Amino acid sequence: MNMLLVALAILGIGGLAALLIHRNPKFANGIGSGSAVFGSLLGLMAAILLLFSSPPSETIRLPWSVPYGTFYIEADALSAFFLIPIFLLTGLAALYGARYLWEPKNEKRIGSHWAFYNTLAVSMVMVVIARNAILFLISWEVMALASFFLVTMEDERESVQRAGWIYLVSTHLGTMVLFFFFILIGNQASSLDFDRFVIAGSQIHPQASLFFVLALIGFGSKAGILPLHIWLPEAHPAAPSHVSALMSGVMIKTGIYGIIRALTWLGPPTTGWALTLIVIGSISGVMGVLLALAQHDLKRLLAYHSVENIGIIFLGLGIGLLGQANDLPVLILLGYGGALLHTLNHAIFKGLLFLGAGSVLHGTGTLDIEHTGGLMKRMPWTGALFLVGAVAICGLPPLNGFVSEFMIFAGAFQGIQYLNALSTIPGIIAIVALAMIGGLAVACFTKAFGIIFLGKPRSSHAAEAHESKPAMLIPMIVLAGLCVVIGLAAPYTLTLLKPALNTLSTNVAPTDFVKLTNQIQFPLTYVVVLSALFAVLVALLFWLRKWSLSGKSIATTVTWDCGYAKPTARMQYTASSFAQPLMKLASGVVRLREHLVKPEGFFPSEGSYSSKSPDVVHEGFWTPTLKASEWFLLRFRWIQMGSIHLYILYIAITLFVLLIWKLQ
Amino acid sequence: MINDSSIILFFLSLLCAPILLSVINRTKAIFAGRTGQPILQVYFDLIKLMRKGTVYSQTTTWIFRIAPLISLAGVMTTLLLIPWGKIPAPFTFTGDFILVFYLLGIGRFFTVIAALDTGSSFEGMGASREVLFSAFTEPILFATLITLVRLTDEASLTNLFHGITPFLWTTSGAALILVAVIIFVILLTENSRIPVDDPNTHLELTMIHEVMVLDYSGPDFAFILYGASLKLWLFSALLAGIIVPIHTDNVLVDGSIFLLCMLAIAVAVGVVESLMARLRLVLVPRMLVGAGAIAAVCIYLTLK
Amino acid sequence: MIDLIFVLLILTGFVFLGSGRLQFSIRTLAVQGILLGLIPLWGSWEGLWVRMLSITTLSLLIKGFVLPYYLTRAMHKSKVMHEDHPFVGFTTSMVVGIVCLGVSFWLASRLPTLGGTQPQMAVAVSFFNVFVGLFVIMSRRKALTQVLGYLLLENGAYIFGVAFAIEVPLLVELGVLLDVFVAVFVMGIVIFHISKSFDHIDTDQLSSLVG
Repeated sequence: MNMLLVALAILGIGGLAALLIHRNPKFANGIGSGSAVFGSLLGLMAAILLLFSSPPSETIRLPWSVPYGTFYIEADALSAFFLIPIFLLTGLAALYGARYLWEPKNEKRIGSHWAFYNTLAVSMVMVVIARNAILFLISWEVMALASFFLVTMEDERESVQRAGWIYLVSTHLGTMVLFFFFILIGNQASSLDFDRFVIAGSQIHPQASLFFVLALIGFGSKAGILPLHIWLPEAHPAAPSHVSALMSGVMIKTGIYGIIRALTWLGPPTTGWALTLIVIGSISGVMGVLLALAQHDLKRLLAYHSVENIGIIFLGLGIGLLGQANDLPVLILLGYGGALLHTLNHAIFKGLLFLGAGSVLHGTGTLDIEHTGGLMKRMPWTGALFLVGAVAICGLPPLNGFVSEFMIFAGAFQGIQYLNALSTIPGIIAIVALAMIGGLAVACFTKAFGIIFLGKPRSSHAAEAHESKPAMLIPMIVLAGLCVVIGLAAPYTLTLLKPALNTLSTNVAPTDFVKLTNQIQFPLTYVVVLSALFAVLVALLFWLRKWSLSGKSIATTVTWDCGYAKPTARMQYTASSFAQPLMKLASGVVRLREHLVKPEGFFPSEGSYSSKSPDVVHEGFWTPTLKASEWFLLRFRWIQMGSIHLYILYIAITLFVLLIWKLQ
Repeated sequence: MINDSSIILFFLSLLCAPILLSVINRTKAIFAGRTGQPILQVYFDLIKLMRKGTVYSQTTTWIFRIAPLISLAGVMTTLLLIPWGKIPAPFTFTGDFILVFYLLGIGRFFTVIAALDTGSSFEGMGASREVLFSAFTEPILFATLITLVRLTDEASLTNLFHGITPFLWTTSGAALILVAVIIFVILLTENSRIPVDDPNTHLELTMIHEVMVLDYSGPDFAFILYGASLKLWLFSALLAGIIVPIHTDNVLVDGSIFLLCMLAIAVAVGVVESLMARLRLVLVPRMLVGAGAIAAVCIYLTLK
Repeated sequence: MIDLIFVLLILTGFVFLGSGRLQFSIRTLAVQGILLGLIPLWGSWEGLWVRMLSITTLSLLIKGFVLPYYLTRAMHKSKVMHEDHPFVGFTTSMVVGIVCLGVSFWLASRLPTLGGTQPQMAVAVSFFNVFVGLFVIMSRRKALTQVLGYLLLENGAYIFGVAFAIEVPLLVELGVLLDVFVAVFVMGIVIFHISKSFDHIDTDQLSSLVG
């Protein structure tokens, strides 16, 4: 715990220092990013130690002058587990950002940038270890504000301003619901300390469902489930790439942490809660990936994929809840285990993908997929690393995405095996949704990777791209390495998950827990063995081909073009054409706005095609609702006319009424 | 669980898989009144291709060169998990069918990006359609697995097939027939058979799988061809496992019944290919949604 | 075995939802008619063999051969072979069908089990046919398809009646068949009159008659 506090101190002081010496950009950059990297390193070590420490948790509890508040922090296994991706990504993104931001136009604001960056890191850690509602909400708010300032770093662009505004409003709406939640649950517990919130006993508390819904909305808006996700595709593209990596990889996971923590307070769940989580997860997952398919801005695409992966995490949480509601320990372990592991995995590969997107932007100057192409030849490292991230996010063996999805699948299948008719419906929905998400994710990432890195360059930007500097590549290499390692060490991930799972499955007997975790290791071990055999087979085939081709001719020529004399790079498939069949089928859900100018006449003449895909939920639900509420509230504008006399009149009337009422 | 004695069956599968393709071609030839290719023609083709040199396109990168290896290795690894009817597979564990379909998935991923690597619009077209159809077939396959798991109360392929007994056929025959129909339709889709795709032509009007591999030659193309035959074997084995209800404990008898069933399935595919024409491409999603509807019916049947 | 018939009835319902070719739909209706005619064979008919056989034969003949014949004649006369642009696309219709099937099964499980010789699935299948029939009427343009939808609806009601026939209410059976007869003839008259007085039998255009 002390190491953790030291790490936080380093981050804090470094940020402050960067702000103070912001007139000297070189030092500000160095101190800001350096403190972030060193603080994260220390914090990561502290987190791992805390995860495996034998006394369950370390606590610091100090009184505070704020009413109802105590400075109560604790790092139990669940918090420690969430600290790992926080510190990992903070450090790596800082290393990346130091080189990425080093451009003339950023010199004036680099000091403040690092100040906010470190503040964001500190606040995220505080959110995860706070055990008092006031402390939690303060950290939550600081996290929101710090990320807002980071997102609007390039605020000379109008799209960035708009994105920042949408983000600010959304996060505050969510925080408002959280306030309600904490007030209600604190009322019921007569204290605002988390350890008093636990609803004891095996009876379902009458208000538990209300708490559940409030927690779902409040934390879910930060996590980014449909329909509360609309800030994600605006904020993540607007932020600088390493900040997007941090936000998408880690900040939205604090929402997941909040939901899990709230679930530990709410007592025994019902199958209805599990069904709710699974339905929300399915809709977020499928809609997220369908909307991602329609995008041709790389960062918007990745942002929608975050929505999809949060959906997958919710599916895992739903399976875990199903196990708790129906007293099936294996479901609890597989469901929660898969969800937690996917949280970590997603932080790793989403961070990798966003850093890769940053490299693409840095190298070509554009994020529009339709203007890239053939980048693999000019940016081989970025290409290969992006490929690792793409394969991982599709959940394909032998990388880490497969392990967490396997656990969720296995949990759902066990659910349909052992439960009776109506309770299998959540499991069935989860399996079908997860399978569909997998197939669509492959469609989306083959599109993204293939169009950006392969084929021929579609524009001069792409033809003159340059590779990123080593400082930007090293964090990506580390993350890609982690994808491979976690994938190949699948059974050992359970040792990482066990402490956290222990805190979540308090009603499972310890002997059962040990027995079941050992049982889960068997399939995972086989998965690893078969993945290894797969790799061996690839190598064998490689040597077979090499041996077979020795002495024979290996020629190169142009791509087969059906005899057409002059194929150009513009004749390749574009991202829109690749996704078109799926978009046509899903046109009810993805409202694609297309602008088509057909060539006229008998000989080919001018033609053009462009498409925009505004967010369906944003345009169909939020904009009309908010416009309606705006219209309604404008009716009351007359109350605040700006006249001081009127305001004094209001005060006088209130005073008058209060006096009469109290003194009668 | 590792069953050492089944390793030999793994190698037998690797050896025998191309015969299914030949059987299909022979059936189609007989329907057309021709004599058709020799039964071992696919082997001759593979040997011929391995003896050639190869030509690569200048636009392609190392992805293009590695994709055939990955897709072939993927399918070969899945064969380690597929039982021979009632004879257990070399590797069996809870949830092995998930790994089977995802190994096919990684092969598909690399085939698709290799197609985009060539920078040709033909291959882009094939790639686009391939991901469209796989986005449908994945959930449908998992839906049939849900049905089978609930019917047999087992969670690994070997045990699933063991659970298909004559008793199960009499009680839930309707659901099993529908599952078999769905898997047959998926077999036709995944292996680019009529009515989804025409395996004989390489024109853009009929192509999905065939066009993605347009630029491969020599040993690469041999790997792709062999991988296609292995995939056909895999899906036929899934279908055979569900259809065959008889379980003796004699390896020879079980193995022969399985092989007979596989040949029957190949003949059935040949018959379907001869009797039907290729569907218009926009109708294929409709057919797949129809298969999905049948899968939903199966699930509802098992829910009672 | 009876389960197989019910499953085939569900599948024919899906064929209606997914197919745009009228000849094919009429043939499917014929298949459904034959299946429906066979259902009474599973009832308990002690000593009423003649009655059962005659009902089975009558139903088979009328639903499986006579009705489809007249429908095909109407189709050729009005020269409408395809359902081209329905209000709801075919793929979407099938997805809606899946949802309706789920709802039918759920509704069937909520009903109290009355006495009867047929299993619970019959109720679900009858609800499903009713829903599909209504959906086809609502979402298709051509008058002929709407007649088919109506017949599907009647089939659904028939299955429900058969499922709960404890004894054989011959009157009910004949009444149902008569119902169908009248419906077909009325619709036939309507189709021919529409196709004679106007240029086509697109019911969508009927709305131009209003005000």
